[in-house]
Amino acid sequence: MSENKTLIEVKDLKEYFNINTGMFRSKPLKAVDGVSFSINKGETLGLVGESGCGKTTVGRTILHLYKPTGGEIRYNGKLIKSRSDIKEFRKKATMVFQDPYSSLNPRMTVSDIIGEPLDVHKLTKGKKERQERILELMDYVGLNSEHAARYAHEFSGGQRQRIGIARSLAVNPDFIVCDEPVSALDVSIQAQVINMFDELQDKLGLTYLFIAHDLLVVRHISDRIAVMYLGRMVELADANEIYDHPLHPYSQSLLSAVPVPDPKVARANKRIVLTGDIPSPLNAPSGCPFRTRCRYACDKCAESMPPFEEVSKGHFVACHRVKEIND
Amino acid sequence: MALLEVKNLKTSFFTDAGEVKAVNDVSFTLDRGKVLGIVGESGSGKSVTAYSIMQILAGTGKIIGGSVKLDGQELVGAGEKVMKTVRGNKISIIFQDPMTSLNPTYTIGRQLMEAIMLHTDRDKKQARERAIEMLRLVNINEPEKRMKQYPFEHSGGMRQRVMIAMALACEPDILIADEPTTALDVTIQAQILELMGSLQKELGMAIIMITHDLGVVAQMCDEVVVMYAGSICEQGTADEIFYNPRHEYTKGLMRSIPTADTAGKKLQPITGTPIDLLNMPKGCPFAPRCDNAMKICINHRAERMVINEDHAATCWMNVKQAIDRGEISLEEGGDDHE
Repeated sequence: MSENKTLIEVKDLKEYFNINTGMFRSKPLKAVDGVSFSINKGETLGLVGESGCGKTTVGRTILHLYKPTGGEIRYNGKLIKSRSDIKEFRKKATMVFQDPYSSLNPRMTVSDIIGEPLDVHKLTKGKKERQERILELMDYVGLNSEHAARYAHEFSGGQRQRIGIARSLAVNPDFIVCDEPVSALDVSIQAQVINMFDELQDKLGLTYLFIAHDLLVVRHISDRIAVMYLGRMVELADANEIYDHPLHPYSQSLLSAVPVPDPKVARANKRIVLTGDIPSPLNAPSGCPFRTRCRYACDKCAESMPPFEEVSKGHFVACHRVKEIND
Repeated sequence: MALLEVKNLKTSFFTDAGEVKAVNDVSFTLDRGKVLGIVGESGSGKSVTAYSIMQILAGTGKIIGGSVKLDGQELVGAGEKVMKTVRGNKISIIFQDPMTSLNPTYTIGRQLMEAIMLHTDRDKKQARERAIEMLRLVNINEPEKRMKQYPFEHSGGMRQRVMIAMALACEPDILIADEPTTALDVTIQAQILELMGSLQKELGMAIIMITHDLGVVAQMCDEVVVMYAGSICEQGTADEIFYNPRHEYTKGLMRSIPTADTAGKKLQPITGTPIDLLNMPKGCPFAPRCDNAMKICINHRAERMVINEDHAATCWMNVKQAIDRGEISLEEGGDDHE
């Protein structure tokens, strides 16, 4: 699918939130701190990391749901900056949210939910065209036309997520940020929705930024995978490359921590169990953010942030000791 | 004798919309020092099974049949007085959400000591010592300092450790863990599972692990019970369930998980939508979603069929396959065969 044409380019993206730490005092929380990557047309980039690593913030900031504190976002080579850029961009880039229960308005019928983006961007003329488009969208995601007049609460989690996906497809986007779209679903339903994402990509030529914490799901769906830790990107490579040869110590332990659904493999598996918890992003460690939990940390790691460098073709890592520890 | 013997357990919720049979004829046994996994999706009855054993059901829920024997002692109908000596002392439970299971207005120490003093004869000073010892056991640094802190000062993984410490303080025979790591990140999950595994070996207790994550089951469990719509579809040793599944639901579940081999390929999902417990089908509850459902599946629920000494399943497909292999013939009658 991928034609190696860059669709989304993110450069040195920063998103700081001001947190009140006392009366009249505040401190910046660096949710995303200098993240750069690009996504090719028709590609799926998986974004993984633990809670609080900033993966959701990256997704939301790209769509300008948060105003970026710093950095650039380019769509098809064009810098997104002014209000009108953002409005145009949002016709081409949409989002699917994690929680299918809270992301749909309980007072709106399915056809109103799916039709709302059409009204906002004035994409259809007349009632008939609008209705036809809504039914077409429902058909894309495997919902029946008889579901159109019902309310969200009448549906199961998997079907609600289908409604959310139909809504995000309404504006005929090129790019969709999928923020943990299957985490709230049962395993048996999860596979249906994952397959649907695959099919829609083939049919409509979509590009995805797929944010998730379930590494088995991300591996299945992604062409390339980026790993984030505490607001920084620590590793980026082809999906298979990163699974077979993770280079950053954090990616290594993250991948070894995934429980494998195979008892014999699970028993033989040597897990790298990390000690301690993720530090608060309000008090991020100096230098490399991972050094407080890293087995290989040395003095240099405390002094400076390791650069995000390409170590082999298409494989980027931010670690001072990447060469030594992977020998 | 088995440590815990659950037989034909039936629990229903009586709601305005009608009776919901949340647990319908569930039987299993648990031996000392073993880890039993109960897997299933939401609404399968896995948590209600655990709550029925502990008898901590919500107001509308009631055990309407069956027996739960702990060390030979019947618990169903035994009364609240007996249950008070069981809960916490002999069977402890930890819940999914470590954020809401602790009281935010009391210190960790006070909550731990309360549990210890309630269940043992220890005085305040001894309880304090025991609490610190337990925190140390679950790998919490500086336990003396942690005792004086409130739950909000601890991360999710740490709170779950405190819950485990509390549950193990009275050295129960059985620990029921209801989705203990679902709310946690993978690296923290790995820490907690490792901790539970090593404590289980150290203290020799039995664990009932309730989860929807087949990866957690593969890593932790000796035996597995697979539930769907309140009933057991299949039970057996972990190896049997993973490598030789004999119920169409279990097979579908195994096929639908993404693995290294499925990258770039289509997953094979289970079709249809989850079951509505208020409108249960007449036959096999999984039949409406089963690709291989036969006529008999729609009209008759299968009996428990013994596959081998480590494995039993409730699926007509086993009978069909036996007929196809010529092991039984239809004249003998398909359904009294085991």
